[in-house]
Amino acid sequence: MSNHLLEVNNLKTSFFIPAGEVKAVDDVSFTLDKGEVLGIVGESGSGKSVTAYSIMQILSKPGEIVGGSVKFDNQELVGMSEAQLRKIRGAKISIIFQDPMTSLNPVYTVGNQIDEAIKLHTNLKGDQVHKKTIEILTQVGVNDPEKRAKQYPFEFSGGMLQRVMIAMALVCEPDILIADEPTTALDVTIQAQIMELMRELQKKLGMSIILITHDLGVVADMCDKIQVMYAGKIVERGTAKEIFYNPKHEYTKGLLKSIPSTQNKKKLIPIQGNPIDLLNIPKGCAFSPRCEQCMKICLEQYPAVKVFSETQQASCWMNVFKELKGSGTVE
Amino acid sequence: MNKKMLNYILKRFLLALFTIWIVITITFFIMHAVPGGPFLSEKAASPETTAALQAKYGLDKPILEQYFNYLSGVIKFDFGPSLKYKGITVTELIVTGFKTSAFIGGIAALIAILIGVFLGSIAAVNHKTKLDQAIMFFSTAFVALPSFITASILLLVFCVKLQWFPANGLTTKGLILPIISLSLSPMSYITRLTRSSTLDVMGQDYIRTAKAKGVNYWVIIFKHSLRNALTPVITYIGPMLASVLTGSLVVEKIFTVAGIGKYFVSSIVNRDYMMIMGTTIFLTTIVIIMLFLTDIMYKIVNPRVDLE
Amino acid sequence: MSKKPLSFQLDLSKFKKATEEEKTQTVQMRESTTFWKDGFNRLKKNKVAMLCLTIIVIIIIIAIFVPIFWPYSYDQMLGVKQGVGVDGSYNNLAPFQFGATELQLKAQGKFVMPHIFGTDAQGRDYFIRVIYGTRISLFVGIFASIIVLIIGLIYGSISGYFGGKVDLIMMRIVDIIYSLPDMLIIILLSVVFKQVLTPFIKGTFLAKLGVGMISIYIVFALLYWVSMARLVRGEILTLKQNEYVLAARSIGAKPSYIIRKHLLPNSMSVIIISTMLQVPSAIFTESFLSFLGLGVNIPMPSLGSLASDALNGINSYSYRLVIPAVMIWLIVLSFNLFGDGIRDAFDPKLRK
Repeated sequence: MSNHLLEVNNLKTSFFIPAGEVKAVDDVSFTLDKGEVLGIVGESGSGKSVTAYSIMQILSKPGEIVGGSVKFDNQELVGMSEAQLRKIRGAKISIIFQDPMTSLNPVYTVGNQIDEAIKLHTNLKGDQVHKKTIEILTQVGVNDPEKRAKQYPFEFSGGMLQRVMIAMALVCEPDILIADEPTTALDVTIQAQIMELMRELQKKLGMSIILITHDLGVVADMCDKIQVMYAGKIVERGTAKEIFYNPKHEYTKGLLKSIPSTQNKKKLIPIQGNPIDLLNIPKGCAFSPRCEQCMKICLEQYPAVKVFSETQQASCWMNVFKELKGSGTVE
Repeated sequence: MNKKMLNYILKRFLLALFTIWIVITITFFIMHAVPGGPFLSEKAASPETTAALQAKYGLDKPILEQYFNYLSGVIKFDFGPSLKYKGITVTELIVTGFKTSAFIGGIAALIAILIGVFLGSIAAVNHKTKLDQAIMFFSTAFVALPSFITASILLLVFCVKLQWFPANGLTTKGLILPIISLSLSPMSYITRLTRSSTLDVMGQDYIRTAKAKGVNYWVIIFKHSLRNALTPVITYIGPMLASVLTGSLVVEKIFTVAGIGKYFVSSIVNRDYMMIMGTTIFLTTIVIIMLFLTDIMYKIVNPRVDLE
Repeated sequence: MSKKPLSFQLDLSKFKKATEEEKTQTVQMRESTTFWKDGFNRLKKNKVAMLCLTIIVIIIIIAIFVPIFWPYSYDQMLGVKQGVGVDGSYNNLAPFQFGATELQLKAQGKFVMPHIFGTDAQGRDYFIRVIYGTRISLFVGIFASIIVLIIGLIYGSISGYFGGKVDLIMMRIVDIIYSLPDMLIIILLSVVFKQVLTPFIKGTFLAKLGVGMISIYIVFALLYWVSMARLVRGEILTLKQNEYVLAARSIGAKPSYIIRKHLLPNSMSVIIISTMLQVPSAIFTESFLSFLGLGVNIPMPSLGSLASDALNGINSYSYRLVIPAVMIWLIVLSFNLFGDGIRDAFDPKLRK
């Protein structure tokens, strides 16, 4: 028995394509407590979204969970029957996606799609369902909800649709909301509004959030803890403070240098090169070929996890190097 | 149904009317390119027929006047006398024949849609299994089969060799093979269409959303996927009816079904121009109306389509 | 031993900066390919498409070369010799049987080319008629597709490039033609052309080709280009938005130059695929018309007319129906599947 709300242990998810096995999520473990906001940061292809889909078990073929466990409220989700899983999806754990424009069914009205979620997970009937839909739409800041509920997704703007998605995800008051790059497809001004809305609702409803993004700036002031993913592995984790002020992995440092900011006038330094080809993950640290500080050992051996505090851990040879240097063993 | 929709229907209807008028006009004037014109080119026309034509269209009058006479006749669903069948009007022939043709064509289209959608969905749901491969194998083989070839082969196998069915379509049992001949190719096409569009839809983000909401697998298939997957099928219904109608011309001849095709094909051989003109205009009108209805249906099923 | 426990299994010399070379060596780069190379590689891997290509090539080679050396011609009635009465023994021969005079020759030990598919009711070698019919059908299919391509390309480019009122009117015309049931209009036109054109082409080489064939081409030219025109226009409209066209225009390039240099190469793959798929549809139409007796002129055979003729003797000579039927089916199927294969390999919209 653990007292974590969600506990992910050694999760491994692979995609089996003709060219071979793509290890999209490779040995990922983390926990999430009630009311906590966890940020998962990484660039495209780092396995953030696949982690989210694995938790919800909504991977589409050829993706498959090949190992590990996902425990929600001490129930094992991996290998659970579809019927049981359906009672959790949307009711206990909800997810919102990157592109609201394509995430809603174009041939049904917005209201119809929220109604569906309510009917699936509550005992409400007829008018009550409709009332609930209107209520949640009002709550997420959709103006004139009576009229809007009767409209089709194509009649909405991207920002409004994301509000609808949030409404649909939260209407059954889930324990966990997974937000998979919720602002990536939106305009910058709208992004801020959506983030503000999520923060507000989190305070009001008290659910836990897993916020997935490629933008460290987005997670900065919302997340209690952050984990950085690269090529399917968590390379560093820590509290927001630790990650921002005292990063321990070269990749995290690289990410921080590439955030534009009004306060520091330093030059933006992009990370060189492209994300790794997941079919050909190097033997050593996956980030090494792009790393400024890359050492010979980085290319050959995967670095062990080093614990810095109760909350912060990182897997980077540079930490070992610094230690060795400090003791004078190497220069 | 809003004002925009009504507006669209009206606009689309006017275009359909205009197209029908164009067809009548072109048909008439093209036929006049035949030496002697459509009314008189056939020496074999009986004196009574000639007299009837003279009275009706004024054969010595200028061509424009003949055209307006013919046009006003067509509007009243009167295509004039047949040159070959003495004392019978083209309209009578069309009406007699079309009852049978519409019956076998309609049944064939219905079978094609129902079985096609069913098989296509089955194949998509069982993607990359033996069942999917088998369905794809047969639909690929049959889609390339012109209806007159299907009809000939069926006639050969089931009427001549096995003698399970009569070789003529005079009885209801005799209509089974013509219907199969007409439906096989469009059915295969719809199967392929449904399969690929279902697979496409199943990969869409909103299906993932539905799954994440906790929606049951079959509800995902029937509520969220099928309606989206069927929109391409709906666009195919119009052209399919056109091809079933024209296909039936030949299939009816092969199985000697007393449909519109039988009269039409014999009118080509006999150069019964009045009949050719009448049938062409009639069938074209039917097809245009079907296309019009398909368009409207498409817009209703698919709300995101721009109505401009 | 002064080494720290941590460094037990570590080779300290490895804690040196890696060179760029070492870095790049670890990353296995995927082979870079061009659009065309990539497409051909995909196509080569598609077994069905390659099989269909093989079938198409074999059929084309047979259709072109066999009639050149085959001892019988498609219109030669073997039983009819000048000055001699009709030798009925040649009519309706079963496969691999011989006529009376041929049997005499064989008795003398001479080689006589067998009638692989027998002969028809008029004593013509059925094998060569099927081959010749295939040739005609292929010719119609390919030539009609070229006509469609040219007209569609010109019409669509103009409409798409100029846009506005020109486009509106041109596309309305396309809409109207599009909604006509093509087969009916083709029948109508074929009937009329048959009457109108016959006196005009008497004595020219066109007469041999037959009025039916010419009307088929005219009809294709009049009706079948519309979907190609729509496709080209759509491609051009999307491409027009691209910056490189704007760039070309801003340096004063002429419209025709822009269409030729920038727009067409970019829409090439889609257009080629569509042309490819036009071939079976044209063959289909031709055989349908020939089946109705509106296609090729007697005695020239086409697959459709052969099937149609065979219906009369279906009780005794059913193979005469099956052979051309299978041939039509094989050609249409192969072209369709090969076209699908090309589309899967080259259509940029389908690539992921």
